[in-house]
Amino acid sequence: MKIKLLFSGIAANCLVVAAGAMLTPASEAQTSNSLRSAESFQSISDERARSVALFEEAGKVIQHPRCVNCHPATERPLQGMAMHLHQPPVFRGEGGMGLVGMQCNTCHSEQNTPVIGQADTLKSIPGNPAWHLAPIEMAWEGKTLGQICVQLKDPKRNGDKTMEEIVEHMAHDDLVGWGWQPGDGREPVPGTQEEFGKLIQAWVNTGAACPSS
Amino acid sequence: MVTFTLNGEQRTFDGDPDTPLLWVIRDFEKLTGTKYGCGVAQCGACTVHLDGMPRRSCITPIAMIDGSDVVTIEGISGKEAEAVQAAWKGLDVPQCGYCQSGQIMSAVALLQILPKPTDDEIDGAMAGNLCRCATYHRIRAAIHNAAKSMEG
Repeated sequence: MKIKLLFSGIAANCLVVAAGAMLTPASEAQTSNSLRSAESFQSISDERARSVALFEEAGKVIQHPRCVNCHPATERPLQGMAMHLHQPPVFRGEGGMGLVGMQCNTCHSEQNTPVIGQADTLKSIPGNPAWHLAPIEMAWEGKTLGQICVQLKDPKRNGDKTMEEIVEHMAHDDLVGWGWQPGDGREPVPGTQEEFGKLIQAWVNTGAACPSS
Repeated sequence: MVTFTLNGEQRTFDGDPDTPLLWVIRDFEKLTGTKYGCGVAQCGACTVHLDGMPRRSCITPIAMIDGSDVVTIEGISGKEAEAVQAAWKGLDVPQCGYCQSGQIMSAVALLQILPKPTDDEIDGAMAGNLCRCATYHRIRAAIHNAAKSMEG
């Protein structure tokens, strides 16, 4: 019964995603999966407004389910574009690596792994050498972009990082980069990591202003 | 060519590197104690030990285990395995039994790491092993019994 229900859940999610994709006009789909370049914001003369606009563009990545799913506000990671609770029911555990006996690497590998000989509803198991949850103080689930922005600048909630280190993390961290290479069957975050890194760099260069909400 | 140890013996496999470890264990090595349940790491029936840690063999490409040590239900040994076997028999844990080799592999791995797990620790470690007969209450009790039997 449980297995049946789980499969129904997976199938239902995939149907929702598939239906969403079919209803989205091609032009809009194209736009939603790309990022504006940092340079294109030069037309905004007010530096604070430009900084906010840059962060809002970066927010297309930051608030994408591919990122938020592993920045949960509870002990449970999320899954899928619908951001449902992870199944099987796994928990944060020490270092965000899962509980004893049921760690992330019980299933997740060092790379995305194709699922062989199954229905097309699940094409791959995501993976990365550093696969783990972000610490609870870095939770993004349920927060507005403005709240996430303030949090990113707070050393107590950003892993004691300087803004330069935040730029480096966003632009080059391999697990962050997984968002653009999420494996077969999973929608990547918009744009490229290089474009995203330039947006974050430009945001920092313009004073790292935050959206009001 | 992938070389690995299976239940203490060196084995090789030179088929498709994407072949799931579960298929190699069952179809090529003819060790059918490890079960196919869902094929997508949702049920835990295919659990084996990979380098001493529980691992879902259905989503483990054989290429990934080159140089690794794989233990299946047929090869499990040691005091935790013996304690679990006795506790499982003592409480008649299985009903249909299909999921039980996966349950046992997870239970043994848990006891190897935590010799006296709490209810919460048992629930956390076993959460990925489904049982359609709902023998969960006996599984949890048997793990406690196994832990107690190892104390002396």
